[in-house]
Amino acid sequence: MASVASKLYSDDVSLLVLLLDTNPFFWSTTSITFSQFLSHVLAFLNAVMGLNQLNQVVVIATGYSSCDYIYDSSSTSSNHGTGNGMPALFSSLLEKLEDFVTKDEELSKEKNVSKDRVASSLLSGSLSMALCYIQRVFRSGHLHPQPRILCLQGSQDGPEQYVAVMNSIFSAQRLMVPIDSCYIGTQNSAFLQQASYITGGVHHKPQQLDGLFQYLTTIFATDLHSRGFVQLPKPVGVDFRASCFCHKKTIDMGYICSVCLSIFCEHHKKCTTCGSVFGQSKLDDVSSVSDKKRKSPDT
Amino acid sequence: MASGQVEKRVKYKSSLKDPGTPGFLRIREAMLFFVPTDPKSDSKLKVLTQNIKSQKYTKEASNKPPWLNMTNKQGRSYIFEFENYADMQTCRDFITKALAKCEEEPTKPAVSTSSEQLNIADLEMRFKLLRENSELQRLHKQFVESKVLTEDEFWATRKKLIGKDSIRKSKQQVGLKSMMVSGIKPSTDGRTNRVTFNLTPEIIFQIFAEKPAVRQAFINYVPSKMTEKDFWTKYFRAEYLYSTKNTAVAAAEAAEDEELAVFLKPDEILAREARQKIRRVDPTLDMEADQGDDYTHLMDHGIQRDGTMDVIEPQNDQFKRSLLQDLNRHAAVVLEGRSIDVDSEDTRIVAEALTRVKQVNKADGDTTKEANQERWERMSRVAGMEDLQAPQNFPLAPLSIKDPRDYFESQQGNVLNVPRGAGALKRNVHEAYGLLKESILEIRATGLCVPLIKPDVSFDVFRSLTQTISTAKNIIGKNPRESFLDRLPKSTKDEVLHHWASIQELLRHFWSSYPITTTYLHIKVGKLKDAMSNTYSQLEAMKESVQSDLRHQVSLLVRPMQQALDAAFQHYEADLQRRKAKSGGGERPNGYV
Repeated sequence: MASVASKLYSDDVSLLVLLLDTNPFFWSTTSITFSQFLSHVLAFLNAVMGLNQLNQVVVIATGYSSCDYIYDSSSTSSNHGTGNGMPALFSSLLEKLEDFVTKDEELSKEKNVSKDRVASSLLSGSLSMALCYIQRVFRSGHLHPQPRILCLQGSQDGPEQYVAVMNSIFSAQRLMVPIDSCYIGTQNSAFLQQASYITGGVHHKPQQLDGLFQYLTTIFATDLHSRGFVQLPKPVGVDFRASCFCHKKTIDMGYICSVCLSIFCEHHKKCTTCGSVFGQSKLDDVSSVSDKKRKSPDT
Repeated sequence: MASGQVEKRVKYKSSLKDPGTPGFLRIREAMLFFVPTDPKSDSKLKVLTQNIKSQKYTKEASNKPPWLNMTNKQGRSYIFEFENYADMQTCRDFITKALAKCEEEPTKPAVSTSSEQLNIADLEMRFKLLRENSELQRLHKQFVESKVLTEDEFWATRKKLIGKDSIRKSKQQVGLKSMMVSGIKPSTDGRTNRVTFNLTPEIIFQIFAEKPAVRQAFINYVPSKMTEKDFWTKYFRAEYLYSTKNTAVAAAEAAEDEELAVFLKPDEILAREARQKIRRVDPTLDMEADQGDDYTHLMDHGIQRDGTMDVIEPQNDQFKRSLLQDLNRHAAVVLEGRSIDVDSEDTRIVAEALTRVKQVNKADGDTTKEANQERWERMSRVAGMEDLQAPQNFPLAPLSIKDPRDYFESQQGNVLNVPRGAGALKRNVHEAYGLLKESILEIRATGLCVPLIKPDVSFDVFRSLTQTISTAKNIIGKNPRESFLDRLPKSTKDEVLHHWASIQELLRHFWSSYPITTTYLHIKVGKLKDAMSNTYSQLEAMKESVQSDLRHQVSLLVRPMQQALDAAFQHYEADLQRRKAKSGGGERPNGYV
């Protein structure tokens, strides 16, 4: 089997880890229903598995207060009883998804304390799970499919997850796992844009959600090897300018705390984020000198 | 003014120890003279007041004589001892006034002709920087030569460049030669028994550094007891006695001549220093180290300087030095390096400077009691057994990182207002979850929707994707990390970069001129504004001139520049309006109250 596998595990075998946004607050506001969305996604997953016999698909549900694996094509036996005209392997996915949603609801009831939390999904959690799964695949031996992560996200970024998401992005970059992202919400997601930019994945925001399947198959179905030969949509530009923490202004040049990397538009004596005390900057000396300088001519 | 000149009877001392030459001190505004009473004395003095840096004086309450100590800009000091305090105070006050006048005067011309005041080194540095940096040169040419900025203004923002270079340029201090002083061989003329030693200031410095006793002796004896020449003669006589290895003779001569004995005896100061050093060595740390430091008492092999073995004569032991000791001492001095920066021919100054350095060093380590205390503490600390100690609680400085949410929520601004509405949504969490579950049930029941996708929707998707991909390719090029600038023709690229640099320069000067407090700044801002509007039109012209397929991209590049300029113009206009309103309202502009 191993020899067969080595022959078969060529560079176009993919492991697709799909992060499915199941945030109820998002899905109660969208133009397409969750069931329509699921139809597109399931069809897409089927297509991916049809592209190569050895392709593997893992689906992680990204809920409001939890996330979990809901499908793994390598562990589900395909010869299960058929439902109603839909591929048998997905009935287990839907079953698990239902369980997951129930559990997520219970958890969100428990956690009702944080009232003012933004209605964001737990992207950082599902990203970490995906990376853990991929890490396990990497460690299983040198014969493994080429992994990539696809985020199907609709809800907005959760600012409180910023550090966690960024850390996940950087570990994905280290593992050389591209994070593709397909954002189906209304405003664009800075997290996903950056994730795809940093890891070398593809970011796209479909214009018409009823054609989601077409977008998914056209942009996100190709394996990593074939991507080298395909023209994929590229972001026109990424705004790398930072915003200062003190006045939230977008700035080209500013001061950065050397301890916590907080950004400020003016010199502070103390970092407002981490409390580090700054020394007198050299710049100030210079400016005070030039200050003297430019005042002298009038005297 | 009647007090245009002050004359007092004083004693002039070239140094603290100097007994002083009696004479008259005559002070005028520009200069002070000292005329000794004894016309033969050569200690006449003439000092320009503007060369005086500072003056110190003894207080009346102290029991010191009324001294006035002036230091000139070269660091030389003149000490005058007055007959009484009243005299001293008159002189002091007079000099203070004269000094104040001197200081005022040079500042005035410095404003108008400050570029002339620049020293040549500074100018050279600027030229060098301009030569090395073509971009800087272009900016300099554009702004300084067209009189938008003055030379000083241009360089004021680049102090770092100049400073960095001057650090790089700073000269290395020359250390001591590793050759031993005893290696100086006397030259003989071969016929008589005369030997001649050639002394250079460097050798003298080395001798002083290596042999504190000699230094001390020099300070004590010269010039009160003997002349410098006699001193060195004596010194080399002692050295000569060593080299003859005739310790008996050495002992005999030492008994006769007290001064010579100083050179022959083991160096007491050195021995003291060595003892001090040993005390500072932590005995728990390295028991060998203290022995190594005290090389003066080390057992050696009795090898003399010239490499011969010595026959031990115990009774004259103190008149004997071995090669090992000399070598060690010399090595120690060389490693210490030149600790003072006196470049003087005057042997006495050198000797005093060295003594001062040593004293400072000693003062540092000398607070013996404290040092002892500290040593004990350190020892107990070192000797403590870690596992017998109470657990050490390192001081914790908690990072007071505030809720990062505050930041991001305010970042997203009004976008967040929607989810605030989601707070209302939250009330029907149950409803939302119910909907979701319904959807799942629905798809489980009915399966995927058929048809999954309508052909025309699919076609639309393809069309829009193709369009975005082709336009993106046009904009970004094949490689997303490739800079658009590289696709511009070289001349255009250079032009864009240069405009950017010059706008930065202009804006920096522009904004740093606000708030306008002086008319000078007002004029400067006006000039800068003209230059900026000039650049603005150049940008427009550049946009027009590029090929049509690049025009859009170039205008994208130019836009932030124009925005920055616009902001400056706006500020300028607003400021102008405000000023007009102010002066129109009968109020005087700044500066007049």
